[in-house]
Amino acid sequence: MDRIPILRLGSVLIVSVQGDLADALAVALRHDVGAAVSSGGITGVILDVSGVAIVDSYLGRVLTEIAADCSLLGASTVVAGIKPAVAITLVEMGFRLDGARTARSLEAAVAMLGADVAPTAILGSGP
Amino acid sequence: MSLSTAPAALPVRSDVDLIAVREAARTAAADAGFSLVNQTKLVTAVSELARNAVVHGGGGEVRIDSVQQGSLRGVRLVVTDQGPGIEDIAQALTDGHTTGHGLGLGLGGAKRLVNNDFTIESAPGQGTTVTIAMWATPGLTPIQARLPVRS
Amino acid sequence: MSTVEAAAGAAQTLSARREEIARDWAGLPLFTTVYGGQQDEAFAAAIRLVEAMVELAGSGRADDVQAPSFAIVRDVLSRITSDRLRSGGDLQQVMDEIGQLWVPLTEMFDSHPGAATVPAELLAVTELIGSLRVAAVVVLLSESDEVVARQRQELMEISTPVIRLWEGIVAVPLIGTLDSIRSQVVMESLLNGIVDEQAAVAILDITGVPMVDTLVAQHLMKTAMAVQLMGAECIISGIRPQIAQTIVHLGIDLREITTRATLSDALKYGLARTGVTLGAGG
Repeated sequence: MDRIPILRLGSVLIVSVQGDLADALAVALRHDVGAAVSSGGITGVILDVSGVAIVDSYLGRVLTEIAADCSLLGASTVVAGIKPAVAITLVEMGFRLDGARTARSLEAAVAMLGADVAPTAILGSGP
Repeated sequence: MSLSTAPAALPVRSDVDLIAVREAARTAAADAGFSLVNQTKLVTAVSELARNAVVHGGGGEVRIDSVQQGSLRGVRLVVTDQGPGIEDIAQALTDGHTTGHGLGLGLGGAKRLVNNDFTIESAPGQGTTVTIAMWATPGLTPIQARLPVRS
Repeated sequence: MSTVEAAAGAAQTLSARREEIARDWAGLPLFTTVYGGQQDEAFAAAIRLVEAMVELAGSGRADDVQAPSFAIVRDVLSRITSDRLRSGGDLQQVMDEIGQLWVPLTEMFDSHPGAATVPAELLAVTELIGSLRVAAVVVLLSESDEVVARQRQELMEISTPVIRLWEGIVAVPLIGTLDSIRSQVVMESLLNGIVDEQAAVAILDITGVPMVDTLVAQHLMKTAMAVQLMGAECIISGIRPQIAQTIVHLGIDLREITTRATLSDALKYGLARTGVTLGAGG
């Protein structure tokens, strides 16, 4: 199964989620982010969902769970790029994104976490 | 007066099938001229209901109809499963209700997303059938949904 | 002669003389306004209508709006009336013009020698024209529903402008009542405005909202929450003392949303949040 790639930018992890996610992929992502943060030296995780058109309550919960995992591991989470239609839908459903901050874009999220420059490694892109 | 095209029935056995269901719903909504927000709401609602059928209903099927009332176009979806059924529907529709896993927002959330154009038939041992419908807002095409910002 | 027989008889006559009728009708305002000088088009449309009426008359159920033959008339009529409305007619005008279609028919059905009473077939035809008008009303009402809905939507859009107050700060001054439809439009406009401007701060000014009850408060909350999900800060401004009291009395919890009394206060707050300092003097 293809897994979602995780990019490391200094002490920050960046995950770019694209398209329509199968449930299993979301679960794998949670696992991979946990593993990456556990390796140490990570202070922040950015979940960039600007490429996601549909966030249902399941995906929403996985995002919340990732944030909770990271918090326990000492990293803060920012969900970036929620689209207007998605935001309206999530609110209408009564969904609350607990434990994570939000940013309007990946750039804004990076600025928010005060991250430092050069990408150092790409993790979690196994078969 | 309602005009339906031949309804497509999509099986939902596992979460992998949800992707096809979402895509089919999105296509139907776009064809009916839904705004982007309404497309998103409808597809999200279907995703919730179809996932319920998989997780709680042991699998089921989703039927998608394009419907028409006068000049108004819409989409009607019926999600059925032959699972154990829901004992207390009212409670299931209440937020935060869980039957094991999950936040339980699925059923109530889906109902709100379609502005309560929502019916459910379910009883213990008799499976569950949920019907939702949404109509295109007249006069607004998806492209027209954005307004320019004025300084 | 029974009504069904009369209708059948009328149908026969209409059918036999349909070209003559169509030519007469094509010269009437209902068709000339739509087709201008295009005689052929007007004639073709008129013949379609005669033929539909023949169907209706022949079915013996001219007054049954649910009958399939009525649907045929309605479809033909629907095209004619849509075109007619678009060439600038109102409901009353179109109804009058449909009524005019009856005139050439009376001459046709009245030509029975020595008739002292109104021929049954003429009655049947009159009834047919009546059915035509009913069909037209149905068509026109559904058309006008759509037109009204579209106009309403457009009006809502115009009265909900999103304003760029400063770099990274947008505002929506709400005016009038905030029902659920309007609130959806506001939400969409504001969120799209945030994307367009890459705004960090969004101000919802409710100075012009006369009354805030639980429902309105819910709409405001939903909008604020959606703004927050998009990574911007939402400020609600223009809260008058009475509104503040109402909110408190209703027990509405706005603690997670920043609120300010005036748009100006909200702007100052927003500027501070986006790191802009206001110099003194100038």
